Amino acid sequence: MRNKIFFSSLLVTLIACNKSVSDRTSDLPALNPASLDLNAGSWKPVLIPRPDTFAVAAPAATSSPAYQADLFEIKAYQKSLSGGDMDKIKYWSAGGVLRWNEIMRSLVAKYNLPPYQNADGTYPAPNSANPFAYPLFPFSNPPYAGRAYAYVSAAQYDALVACWYFKKLYNRSAPYVVDSSVKALVPRTALPSYPSEAAVLAGVTAEMMKLLFPDEIASIQQKLQEHELSAIQSGSATRAEITAGEALGRQVAILFTARGRADNAGKAIGTPTDWAGFVTQTQAAGQTPWFSLDAPKRPPMLPLFGKVKAFLFDSATAVSLRPGPPPLTGSDQMKAETIEAHNFITNASREHLRVVQFWADGVGTYTPGGHWDAIAAEDFVKKNFSEVRWARNMALLNMAIMDAGIVCWDTKYHYFNPRPTQLDPAIKTLTGIPNFPAYISGHSTFSGAAATVLGHIVPERAGAYTAMAQEASNSRMWGGIHYRTDCAVGLTVGQSIGNYAIQRATKDGAE
Amino acid sequence: MLMNVKNFFKPVLPAVVMLLLLPASRLQAQTDEDAIMMPKNNLCLGGMYSYNSWKNYWEGTFKRNNQNIGTVSTQMFSLMGTYGISSKLNVIVGAPYVSTHASAGTLHGMHGVQDLSLWVKWLAVEQNIGSGTLSLYAVGGGSLPLTNYIADFLPLSIGLHSRTLSGRIIADYQTGNFFATASGTYTLRDNIKIDRTSYYTTSEHLTNEVEMPDMGALNFRAGYRGERGVAEVVYSRMYTLGGFDIRKNDMPFPSNKMNASMLGVHFKYNFKAVNGLSLIGGGDYTLTGRNVGQATAFDGGVFYILDFSHKAKKAKKTSKQEGKK
Repeated sequence: MRNKIFFSSLLVTLIACNKSVSDRTSDLPALNPASLDLNAGSWKPVLIPRPDTFAVAAPAATSSPAYQADLFEIKAYQKSLSGGDMDKIKYWSAGGVLRWNEIMRSLVAKYNLPPYQNADGTYPAPNSANPFAYPLFPFSNPPYAGRAYAYVSAAQYDALVACWYFKKLYNRSAPYVVDSSVKALVPRTALPSYPSEAAVLAGVTAEMMKLLFPDEIASIQQKLQEHELSAIQSGSATRAEITAGEALGRQVAILFTARGRADNAGKAIGTPTDWAGFVTQTQAAGQTPWFSLDAPKRPPMLPLFGKVKAFLFDSATAVSLRPGPPPLTGSDQMKAETIEAHNFITNASREHLRVVQFWADGVGTYTPGGHWDAIAAEDFVKKNFSEVRWARNMALLNMAIMDAGIVCWDTKYHYFNPRPTQLDPAIKTLTGIPNFPAYISGHSTFSGAAATVLGHIVPERAGAYTAMAQEASNSRMWGGIHYRTDCAVGLTVGQSIGNYAIQRATKDGAE
Repeated sequence: MLMNVKNFFKPVLPAVVMLLLLPASRLQAQTDEDAIMMPKNNLCLGGMYSYNSWKNYWEGTFKRNNQNIGTVSTQMFSLMGTYGISSKLNVIVGAPYVSTHASAGTLHGMHGVQDLSLWVKWLAVEQNIGSGTLSLYAVGGGSLPLTNYIADFLPLSIGLHSRTLSGRIIADYQTGNFFATASGTYTLRDNIKIDRTSYYTTSEHLTNEVEMPDMGALNFRAGYRGERGVAEVVYSRMYTLGGFDIRKNDMPFPSNKMNASMLGVHFKYNFKAVNGLSLIGGGDYTLTGRNVGQATAFDGGVFYILDFSHKAKKAKKTSKQEGKK
């Protein structure tokens, strides 16, 4: 009887508990910037020649019928806002750069799936000219994702620099300032509202998707409308401010998509001749060439990504950042490091397993670049950056991550070094083995670069970022998929790439 | 009528164990799910070994194999015990050690002690109908992870690390040496925490907490049940009430929609020479599935019944006398 009571009470407890899981950023307060950064129109853009490269016409006078009609629209919305409307206002008020970055991360995770093989054991490749056919375009693997984050962040930054330039120029107050009967459903700000920064962000991001995630244009258009409508409904922008903002954002994006179409990423997959060339070139150097550990053997991941045009340095510098060679494949050091990898996977501690899983960032995830964006976003939220400073900091971070990918991939295919499991098949790994050569570790390079930039942006967390990067780097060694040298050198190379972003940061006018 | 109850005891296997893994095999099917009770103050202890393996699996509804894992096998060593609080109320406890292995590819197998399961089984109704006896049972149970093993490493995780509570109704009809049993189970599953800080299902989740859908199960068994043992055919189905499909060429995830139907044959033999000693064995095959492996499973075990009903009375007297001193 006692048992029955025990169990029925347990059942009641469990039924009563709420199973729904919420995201850690779902309930963030509205962004209330510590500084408006009113002079951001003078910050140095990445790609646009001048902040006023794309003209934005002066807004209609507040006394004009057009402006008054826009105010009526806001007031009409505000009379009958649904719970859903309020939820969306709250969601977007946490910050447009933050929310679009989260959306980007979810797209990367969604598209980060290696293609399934053909019946004959070959693999189909995603095709940007036919993106809806299987395998869907893109396969957003780590280098692709790093580049996508960088393009979106850099374009957002340039677009907001232009936006801030015109905000200051026209100095139009927010609707709730102009008309006291318009409610402010987000924190009041003295930031001029023409053109709308929300619409600039929505427009620039939506336009970038045509290049990066073409299958998602429709879903992104929906997000754009949601973002823009929430700005209107919250009383912080008029329809005309939205229209001007979206147009400006899209124009800036077109400059970035044009760069993207010519940055060599489209050719990064290489040809069978290229793939064979790596093998002969490595054999000619007397080394054991890498081979794919996927079954059936898969062509190497984006082998020519090292030739993609970087954001932070020119192509000669990119090559100069390539580190010296790894230990010779027949050397005692390589043998010792292979044995070390085997030791790590034998009776791994739970703590090592945790670290390996925490940093795995493999298939179906937002990749190491997205992981660092998530780490950055959590800290940026606490810093109360203005939208333009958010965009600038995310751009610095993501340009460093993309460029780390470029140098890392160049190094990987220059040396074409085998994975530990190739040299000792007894090494069964604690996470999936990525389908590209070992030297240098991608996680280590991405993390070294990201931690270095973030340490500059949030100096009080510099030590923590360094420790995280070290842990990310270790995770690959502990998982049995990298040698110690891959990880150590990757971190160092990443750090020097991060320093290029810091050089830019100190000269862009924002500090 | 439950004749010679002692001899019909069958071992328990933790109910959740096999549901957890990508292999769909489900070896539970023992005491917590059959129509047999231990008499009062009898304790049955046993050990069991099971092995299941699969080469093909269902990625959503798409059936495929995968040269990067080859054949995935799971071995399980379980210890269990059943105690008769009364002839109408039994408690069943079990815990397995699980070890997984992939025959191809590079992924490392996992091993460790998995979940403790506990069931309370109550014989609620027993009535003669026609030439036989109809019995109804109400069973409640739950499971609790015993170690901090990794759930998010499917298909090689040793379990899903979810705390569960189950309710089950069993109906059994026996006439002569032939019987038929049907049962239905509902299992509540608690959310789990994984080592990652985000994951993708049908959308991105920015949390390390995973909502685990509840599960339902049906079980039908029929065959011979007599003095020397049991021979039965078992058909079972499990349903995940929610969850999502593995996408093409993606990894499996703990909150996938794992469904399966299985057909098996189970035997039990009671030794004549040693009263209370029995051997069990059986096999199950996965007929259909979704987000699970098409497992073939075999199991075998040995069980022994200890009768405390006499000793217990003695012990009671002793303690009373001691109390008087």
